Amino acid sequence: MLVPSPWRADFPAIATLQRQDQTYLDNAATTQKPQALLDALNHYYANGAANVHRAQHLPGAHATQGFEDSRSKVAQWLNVGDSGQIIFTHGATSALNLLAYGLEPLFNPGDEIVISALEHHANLLPWQQLAKRRELKLVVLPLDDEGLIDLQAAAQLIGPQTRLLAVSQLSNVLGVWQPLPQLLALAKAHDALTVVDGAQGIVHGRHDVQALGCDFYVFSSHKLYGPDGVGVLYGRTEALHLLRHWQFGGEMVQQADYHSASFRPAPLGFEAGTPPIAGVIGLGATLDYLSSLDQSALIAHEAALHDYLLRGLRARNGVRLLGAPQVALASFVVEGVHNADLAHLLTEQGIAVRAGHHCAMPLLKRLQLSGAIRVSLALYNDSDDLERFFEALDQALDMLR
Amino acid sequence: MNLPVDALAALQAFQAVGSWEQRARMLMQWGERLPALADADKVDANLVQGCESLVWLVGRLHDGHWQFAASSEARLIRGLVALLLARVNGLSADELQAVDLPDWFNQLGLSRQLSPSRSNGLNAVLQRMRDLSHTQH
Repeated sequence: MLVPSPWRADFPAIATLQRQDQTYLDNAATTQKPQALLDALNHYYANGAANVHRAQHLPGAHATQGFEDSRSKVAQWLNVGDSGQIIFTHGATSALNLLAYGLEPLFNPGDEIVISALEHHANLLPWQQLAKRRELKLVVLPLDDEGLIDLQAAAQLIGPQTRLLAVSQLSNVLGVWQPLPQLLALAKAHDALTVVDGAQGIVHGRHDVQALGCDFYVFSSHKLYGPDGVGVLYGRTEALHLLRHWQFGGEMVQQADYHSASFRPAPLGFEAGTPPIAGVIGLGATLDYLSSLDQSALIAHEAALHDYLLRGLRARNGVRLLGAPQVALASFVVEGVHNADLAHLLTEQGIAVRAGHHCAMPLLKRLQLSGAIRVSLALYNDSDDLERFFEALDQALDMLR
Repeated sequence: MNLPVDALAALQAFQAVGSWEQRARMLMQWGERLPALADADKVDANLVQGCESLVWLVGRLHDGHWQFAASSEARLIRGLVALLLARVNGLSADELQAVDLPDWFNQLGLSRQLSPSRSNGLNAVLQRMRDLSHTQH
């Protein structure tokens, strides 16, 4: 095999899917899980579940220990140091909603929020709706032909009215790293807050929030080989002070009376109710597993596989890539073929890819496409997976043309 | 209930199919036989929301019998819609209420096209058909 994955056997679901003749290439939507995560979930539930931060009993102490250890592991993963805190949420979407509601009092009518044309609905709709609530202007940064946020346009559009910039690190449709250092510098020059949607970026390479210098960084566990139902919000200390409490309930409160209450600071003040305890512990186990891998080998594998994917797509007549993907995924359309037809025939052949608008309807509309097929890779994929995809693609195109 | 002639033909054809390729090719053939929808009917009001491709569906009662027409820009969904129309066109209002459409696709060996995770839109088309049949009888 040209590009084998030495980590494939660490993910038991891959063998199961293969027995069902399924080739999983929809990793930008969610990923399969390593055995280390399954073991951690099993261990937690088999050894005594308990709620965190509340009880004085031993199971409660163990659960809290495991939960807080995970917080440290996530902080280490992002090199948070003493720059800020990690808040656990129920997903990247809920983290972004927390920000859009928690920061709301800072905005006055006429203020501007800046996003980009490639944002996932999760990093578009919370800001769009905030703009409607507070009569703000939502400014959308345009892209260049390769799928990069246009920095010249950004320099014009980010200005003294800009109160917040929220952009993706890596597009879930175009697979292009965005020029975050330049964009964040533009925002900071106008004292605007900065939010980075790392949902895709976190999965590829390691990122350092101190070096990045953003106020907030958001990602979801399930795309990073962790359990679903867990999101991560990093906040810089000064920025966290600006955040109003949003959801109210157990654990986030300091003092409660019938008619008034005072609330804890971050992180616990923003983790109302019982958090996804097992999921957070599982994410910690996943990070332990990922930390144990040879990072340079991993990056080399992803690059080789991505190159293999792009070569294969480019070698086929009529295939048009969206943008100039750099890592992780490629979206494409085929001239004269409807993406829904192609998706249908790939599904018939056990190829699990994504078709449609990829939760980025405005971007697809701007590209004047009704949809596209996206192939997205993970560390357990190998070139045989891609060969099966190419074979199915050729067969489908044969039938459709 | 007696099957309409077209439906009987579809059933015989699809039940004889052995491979997914044959089934897909036949779906496309059925789609090609679907009569063209008048441009006047290809308006937003007739667009079925929730499909990956644009699908239009109109239905009218003529002398107590349903006559549906549809169109789609994608070929396989067009085939699925053609199979649907083969089953329902010509039915009376009461007959349309009684017909078990998921079972119809099941008999054709196409039940997977109706699974909740499928975004091809067949479910949305069925829902639209139910809505139309409830508003005009």
